Amino acid sequence: MKFSEAWLREWVSPQLDTQALADAITMAGLEVDAIEPVGAVFAGVVVAEVVAKAPHPDADKLNVCQVQDGSGEPVQVVCGAPNVAVGQKVPFARVGAVLPEDFKIKRAKLRGVESHGMICSASELGLEEGHSEGIYVLPSNAPVGADFRAWMTLDDSTIDVDLTPNRGDCLSLRGIAREVGCVTATRVVEPNIAPVVARSNAQFPIAVSDEAGCPRYLGRVIRDVDLSAPTPLWMRERLRRSGIRSIDPAVDVTNYVMLELGQPMHAFDLDVLEGGIEVRRAHDGERLTLLDGQEVVLDGTTLVIADQAKALAIAGVMGGEDSGVGANTRHLFLEAAFFAPLGVAGKARQFGLHTDASHRFERGVDPDITRPAMERATELLLAIVGGTPGPISEVRKPTHLPQRGDVALSRERLAACLDVRLPDEEIQRIFRGLGMTASAPGDRWRVQIPSWRFDIAIEEDLIEELARVHGYNRLPVRRPQARLSLKSADEALQPLRRVRRHLVSRGYQEAVTYSFVSPELQSLLLPEAVSPTLANPISSDMSVMRHSLFPGLLKALMHNLNRQQQRVRLFETGLVFQGELDALVQTPMIGGLVCGSRDVEGWAAGRESVDFFDLKGDLESLLALSGCADEWQFVAASHPALHPGRTAQLYRGGQAQGWIGALHPSIRSQLGIKPEVYLFEVAQQAVLEGRIAAFQPLSRYPEVRRDLAFVVDAEVGVAPLLEAIRARAGEWLTQWQLFDVYQGQGVAEGHKSIALGLTWQHPSRTLNDDEINQLIAAVVDEAESRFGARLRS
Amino acid sequence: MDHLPALVNEASAAIAAAEDAQALDQVRVRYLGKKGEITALLKGLGHLPPEERPAAGERINEAKQALQQELEQRRQALEQAALTAQLDAERIDVTLPGRGETNGGLHPVTQTLERIEALFQHIGFDVAVGPEIEDDFHNFEALNIPAHHPARGMADTFYFDATRLLRTHTSPVQVRTMQAQEPPIRIVCPGRVYRSDSDLTHTPMFHQVEGLLVDEGVCFADLKGTIADFLQAFFERDDLQVRFRPSYFPFTEPSAEVDIQCVMCRGEGCRVCSHSGWLEVMGCGMVHPEVFRHAGIDASRFTGFAFGMGAERLAMLRYGVNDLRLFFDNDLRFLRQFN
Repeated sequence: MKFSEAWLREWVSPQLDTQALADAITMAGLEVDAIEPVGAVFAGVVVAEVVAKAPHPDADKLNVCQVQDGSGEPVQVVCGAPNVAVGQKVPFARVGAVLPEDFKIKRAKLRGVESHGMICSASELGLEEGHSEGIYVLPSNAPVGADFRAWMTLDDSTIDVDLTPNRGDCLSLRGIAREVGCVTATRVVEPNIAPVVARSNAQFPIAVSDEAGCPRYLGRVIRDVDLSAPTPLWMRERLRRSGIRSIDPAVDVTNYVMLELGQPMHAFDLDVLEGGIEVRRAHDGERLTLLDGQEVVLDGTTLVIADQAKALAIAGVMGGEDSGVGANTRHLFLEAAFFAPLGVAGKARQFGLHTDASHRFERGVDPDITRPAMERATELLLAIVGGTPGPISEVRKPTHLPQRGDVALSRERLAACLDVRLPDEEIQRIFRGLGMTASAPGDRWRVQIPSWRFDIAIEEDLIEELARVHGYNRLPVRRPQARLSLKSADEALQPLRRVRRHLVSRGYQEAVTYSFVSPELQSLLLPEAVSPTLANPISSDMSVMRHSLFPGLLKALMHNLNRQQQRVRLFETGLVFQGELDALVQTPMIGGLVCGSRDVEGWAAGRESVDFFDLKGDLESLLALSGCADEWQFVAASHPALHPGRTAQLYRGGQAQGWIGALHPSIRSQLGIKPEVYLFEVAQQAVLEGRIAAFQPLSRYPEVRRDLAFVVDAEVGVAPLLEAIRARAGEWLTQWQLFDVYQGQGVAEGHKSIALGLTWQHPSRTLNDDEINQLIAAVVDEAESRFGARLRS
Repeated sequence: MDHLPALVNEASAAIAAAEDAQALDQVRVRYLGKKGEITALLKGLGHLPPEERPAAGERINEAKQALQQELEQRRQALEQAALTAQLDAERIDVTLPGRGETNGGLHPVTQTLERIEALFQHIGFDVAVGPEIEDDFHNFEALNIPAHHPARGMADTFYFDATRLLRTHTSPVQVRTMQAQEPPIRIVCPGRVYRSDSDLTHTPMFHQVEGLLVDEGVCFADLKGTIADFLQAFFERDDLQVRFRPSYFPFTEPSAEVDIQCVMCRGEGCRVCSHSGWLEVMGCGMVHPEVFRHAGIDASRFTGFAFGMGAERLAMLRYGVNDLRLFFDNDLRFLRQFN
């Protein structure tokens, strides 16, 4: 809601400067977004009259004008505006004037002709955005010689209030003035709106078939108007300062009344209307071309204003093109109605519209302002366009109008909520200022809610009104009291913050990527993935929910590779979204990627690139945080985004929990990523769930270590072999180390040598050689029979 | 016997001249070894008359001990010299950087969220989380935002279909917590939220922390105290001015926006605060009875307050970040600044 400060001050004028006034409005809960001057800074501009005009002898597009500025003889001015004409009153910048941006007007010669000043356009004075066509022509009654700034009251500000949706009552000068009057304890002067006496009996029939949607409808015929008459400058200026463009007198007046009283109105061209007005639901498939030229197809959920032939307007949203007024309109049908908020709500958006009318009707327009608004608009119109007003026709269905009633406020409740007892006089003053009538104080007040307040229904609403007008910052401050009580804490569950910090210690930088990703990238990585798609994405490359952390991490990687970062280590935690909406699973994951050199570049560092086992080592140390590293298995598997020979699926206790692998080379090339990239992703819950340590007594007896080397087929996985060996090595096996894997000279082609150290220790005695030899024999036998391993001699 | 002094002198000279442990040992053997020259003198004592033997023996032993002492000193000196030489040879440039992985870092939003969580955990709040794809009921209806309510326009919502959406705030977590738990309730709900808005100062995803306290006798004054304490603690400024401005949220009544004195210019007025001296940092209010009704909490017995803040906004103010979008570019040059 934008309005002119000077206009507001006609209603209520507290002894506050502009900033203090704006602060008072803001602190009442109507946040002032901006205070803008209504015109640019300039000085030395006066009202002048063009008394003569002749073509410039040496320039086609210039005129040599004589301008009377009230200071004596007319002065000569060269003017390039096409619309300059003798007899016009114009804003004239005298020699010595300073226009916006410190533009000083000096005596000049234009193509050899002297020019003593400048006739100004609206944009040159900051009265219009952009570039004005031609000079600014003033009304003929503008007083020659008057200071233009003062005459136009340009020392005014536009105050822009960002209203919350509950305060539809403040979408008018009337509403803002009431608030200002209340919070500054200043008297509000309402304009005197007298009924306009009908001077004809002309009426146009009105019927309302949807009484709930339109419980009140007023119409008035005004015959023989002249819409070619100009809207007076004062009204155009007030509209301009409120952010509304002047169109024609009928539209300007309805807009003016809307700004002043909060009642959106509409003017129809009576000659176009057939039979009578009917307020009804639209027929399915009914078409209507709106004022903005858009043709819409309506259905039975939409309330329309129709005549007997067709829909004319979407009620409370926008009028139709055909029935709108124009310069040639002779007779008007003026509408002021109350449309129920629920009937209008969402309608404008449904048609991609947002209008001043829909904005107000959705939030609630005072149902008691309909008639005063009609009278006010009639009065203003008659003064501008003339005409003969008929009587007001009205349909009113009180049962469907908002029922305000009263709301009870308990003295105790008020004191308990605010921790203070406000004086009764203060409470009465606030209620009065807000137009509420409160019963005499006792244990409770009964407060009559005014017709314009759609947001007051319960006791808490009244408490807020009292609190905000009294001033939130004048209310007491204390601290919540609570009983101290311990809660049990799950020691086995690792906090996520520990996991994050672990990766940070291993050189990873945390990323936060968007939860919606490009469908192309996601299907490149995960062609089979099903995840929800946004109906209204911000852009197509952010339209599908991530099924995995991989797309976001890769996008972040590419961002960095494109910026000369060569060594990238990233991780992210967050939800992934898997499945159709009806079977959706939202799983917290942790994922990461590495790319570039294994070591940080340095004097002592190698130059090797990271490989699978670097990432796997990081991941294993992460999985070990829970103390349950031995419950995890890495199983060779295939994943569409990953290298088929360098991918493992992660299992914990037989449950698949994630993936690790090298980004598939063909995906790398499609994404234009040159270096190798290794990624992992694992369910958070499986990483975080751990165990509580359980003590085992320390053995006092010596341990025995034996090293074994096997030769196996190169295809044999080491982990299953180790697992099998461990299972056969007896209960006294305490440690097992894989200390070498070798292929090359001395080992047959297609084979590899695997060297293990096995350590045994008995809890209560010394193990003898026979026992150890038996265990080794069992281990070797297992390795030979199940894995074709040979003990290397 | 007469040549003992000369022999001692000669041995002393040899000890002094020994350049290393080996040479020194040869000197020892030559004079004090089993067949050494001093040892030979001791062995020759038998040839002396018995009355001379004690005096001669004493002299030889004194000479022997003196030489042993010299040998030991020389040995130590040589060892010391060798050690010094070794240490000298082992000198390294200790100004070279150390070896191994350097630390990564947490995202500034995570740091901010964790900091906010910790401040509230200190006074007995728990951390609660919930789903990000929400339904209309938890995101709107239960928060007193019925369909077609103009307040739905306050947050431009990403929809999947008519009833399922990306949560526009973390308030649904409050609803879920209240449905599941009896008061007293003290929770903060950090997490991602989504609004279909993208420009210089808006990203379609950002992070919020919502807080909720429900108990008997909770009032607006408690809310004011908690919020002011939090903001002063977060910015580590005991004198930070905090003001409460009436506002509107469908799920609280009374409702307030909270402004702090601009932390950049200390209220003098600057570009960050649009020269107002104040920064809007969060919204809050007393829980609306309708929200309690939807959550099954007895509004005649319990009252509560709720608040919500944007983590990026607080991070920008805390760390001086001037462009919101940097948080989601994941540019290492940006992220590393918070390590």
